[in-house]
Amino acid sequence: MSRRVSRRPPAVALVLAGLALATFLVAPLLGLLERAPWRELPGLLGEPEVRTALRLSFVCSLSATALSVVLGVPLAWVLARTRFPGQNVVRALVLIPMVLPPVVGGVALLLAFGRRGLVGQWLDQWFGVRLPFTTPGVILAETFVAMPFLVITVEAALRSLDPRYEEAGATLGASRWTVFRRVTLPMIGPSLLAGAVLTWARALGEFGATITFAGNFEGRTQTMPLAVFLALETNPPAAIALSLVLLAVSVTVLAVVGSRVLARPRDRHVGAAAVSL
Amino acid sequence: MSLDAHVGVRLGSLDLDVELRAEPGALVVIAGPNGAGKTTLLRVLAGIQPLDAGQVTLDGDCLDDPGRGRFVPPERRSVGVVFQDLLLFPHLSARENVAFGLRARGLARGEARRRADDWLGRVGLAGSARARPGELSGGQAQRVALARALAGDPRLLLLDEPLAALDATLRVETRRELRRHLDSYAGVRVLVTHDPIEAMALAARLVIVEQGRVVQQGSPADVRSRPRSRYVADLVGVNLLRGRGTGGTVALDAGGVLTAADRAPLDEPVLVVVHPRAVSLHRRAPEGSPRNVWETRVEGVDDEGERMRIQLGLPIPMVAEVTPAAAHELTLGAGVAVWASVKATEIAVYPA
Amino acid sequence: MRRAASGVMLVIAATGACSDRGGTETVRVLAASSLTEAFEVVAGRFERAHPDIELELSFAASSELAVQIEQGAPADVFAAADEMTMQKLVDSGNVAGEPVPFARNRLAIAVEVGNPEAISSLADLAEPGLVVVLCAEQVPCGRFADEALERAGVQVTPATLAENVKAALSLVQLGEADAAIVYATDVEGNAQVEGIAIAEDENVVATYPIARVAEASNEDDARAFVDFVTSVRGQRVLRSFGFLAP
Repeated sequence: MSRRVSRRPPAVALVLAGLALATFLVAPLLGLLERAPWRELPGLLGEPEVRTALRLSFVCSLSATALSVVLGVPLAWVLARTRFPGQNVVRALVLIPMVLPPVVGGVALLLAFGRRGLVGQWLDQWFGVRLPFTTPGVILAETFVAMPFLVITVEAALRSLDPRYEEAGATLGASRWTVFRRVTLPMIGPSLLAGAVLTWARALGEFGATITFAGNFEGRTQTMPLAVFLALETNPPAAIALSLVLLAVSVTVLAVVGSRVLARPRDRHVGAAAVSL
Repeated sequence: MSLDAHVGVRLGSLDLDVELRAEPGALVVIAGPNGAGKTTLLRVLAGIQPLDAGQVTLDGDCLDDPGRGRFVPPERRSVGVVFQDLLLFPHLSARENVAFGLRARGLARGEARRRADDWLGRVGLAGSARARPGELSGGQAQRVALARALAGDPRLLLLDEPLAALDATLRVETRRELRRHLDSYAGVRVLVTHDPIEAMALAARLVIVEQGRVVQQGSPADVRSRPRSRYVADLVGVNLLRGRGTGGTVALDAGGVLTAADRAPLDEPVLVVVHPRAVSLHRRAPEGSPRNVWETRVEGVDDEGERMRIQLGLPIPMVAEVTPAAAHELTLGAGVAVWASVKATEIAVYPA
Repeated sequence: MRRAASGVMLVIAATGACSDRGGTETVRVLAASSLTEAFEVVAGRFERAHPDIELELSFAASSELAVQIEQGAPADVFAAADEMTMQKLVDSGNVAGEPVPFARNRLAIAVEVGNPEAISSLADLAEPGLVVVLCAEQVPCGRFADEALERAGVQVTPATLAENVKAALSLVQLGEADAAIVYATDVEGNAQVEGIAIAEDENVVATYPIARVAEASNEDDARAFVDFVTSVRGQRVLRSFGFLAP
């Protein structure tokens, strides 16, 4: 007769975990819910400004995520699969937006892509392209701060992927691009998706770089975080309502996508031979 | 259609320098201890590992020649590989795994699927086309890997320890099946193994590689009758000793003298082979015809079911094979003193 | 290890001992962005006159500061850029005593040095293709700008709405915007921009009130600062920065 001996988690771990939950998650959430103007909520949400800000937030954050994937995956591949002098410096540069205060990032973007910016002035003179104060500018700012999350996740996944699968693909006649498309990408799929979700979340909540570089104009550059910030000054109940909307939508998306992506077992890079007979 | 390779590779502590030729009709088995360079050799033939020196030519096409700056990447070689860990793509079904190479080479999806299903049928997995590798048993996965390698109709088939991942009972059955499939394959076949039974059972030609060099090659019978190294001797399960000819006897390098029926050339280095079956054990000094009789001590006993392998120590270390009943009768165990005898006619001597 | 430990101690000491400087009192002043340069000087003069009082200044849009005060941020004095914001605080019971107007300010147009776009009036801001920055309507400067534009009968589509007047100004300074409607004091004496005056009948005059915050920890010292700002010496400083008399 066997008995299940289950060991309780150590008390210290439980106490600290509880503290973390209470301080950083539960208390702020309760604060928000307690002050929510429940009665005015439906009216507030119907307002066109709110819908505009919400729609803009989603369009921009999703675009920034897509751009981060398109640019970030090749970058991660180069960092993981190749070796060149100064690689560590490049990696550090890629991660800089993660440690930079967002407003500083916004200023840097202005200096680079603004009307008088290093690159921006040529974009303006030759192509008549202006990025500050435009929706593409919002997408650029959000991509700037969020892409490192994708690069980091994908690079780690590529490093831990058994390269022999790609070798197997090659022996079967697949070109390097085909191997990447049909072997590498699917096998790092879960990590890629997790990275994309993190990237999207970061882009959605981005404020400092956006307001500094892209500015604030309803329908064009006023994303939800900006709307909340400004509403707080004149109409705190509206600000809280907007915050709740953003929170609800984010939580829903994360719950649906996140549970399938962030909580699933590690990527499949364990060989099929490890299967039970 | 033939393979002609001179493989020179330096990888870490491995220094590989091997010449290999293979014809379509004969399955070449490369055997050797771990770390000998067998897998590296296969990787070179597959194109995954480039040569440092030498060349690889298949059917007159030069695949790798560092001297002339020529290297054909694996995706452009017509090679099928069954990997040691199978390396089936976990995110694709059995059918998609088998069809992978076909589609990669440009075949239309429908046609590729049809051929994949055909191959799965040939390896007896017609019903498992949709299964993922994770849902297959070890034996089934191995067959899918074989089908995947063969589906592209490669000119060269490479198998790296194809049965290593299977347990003993499954191995016997699968080996027979593997033999059947290999026999029906028309191209050049090279198989790598460290399992002596697999080597003996499958090979038409055995190539023994030890520490990056070819130590011996030939048919299994040749190798069995004239092992040239300890590894090979262990492989075929015989006792191998080295010595010098002294007229009608052989003075063993490690000490002791044996009398053999074969005449050993005087003062020449020779190899002496004694099959464990030919070694008799006695309680007391035997009297009789055997020319070679000596007292020794039992160092260990291996129970192999129907036979017992008795390890004997100094003065002439060797392995004797007796029935369990005999072992019991003589109360053989570690440390027990026994007398060993071998007839001169049972000792094979040949130049080293 | 020892160095790290003493480093940590220093940090703890510095953050913890802000207002305990053996005898000195601290007065926390929250003031509108447009008062930044002027109040720095006023504060310096005040501290020289009152060595036992230490001033802590915070600058942001008046509306933003008002929200902070309402939420209970520690503050002793509040100087706003418009009376409406101050009134809101009075109505919510956050002000002690009566607010006192201490300065007035006009609006002006800030343009790049050299005025490359040749802007001379509010009407010029409606020029298509011009990058114009206004303050957001939630901040006083923005409301005033809207009022002025309405008086002038001009429709302007801004490229962006800044969250405070200094942010709007900096965009012109960086060359990212052609023009911004800011306060006259922001362009006065500012070598990085050029100021274009707005016609009298179009311009808006903002009245700046100052008041003690209710439940301030040191009433007397707070009152002393408020008095200083309205005194001749304080007014002289404000005047030198371009503020008009209250």
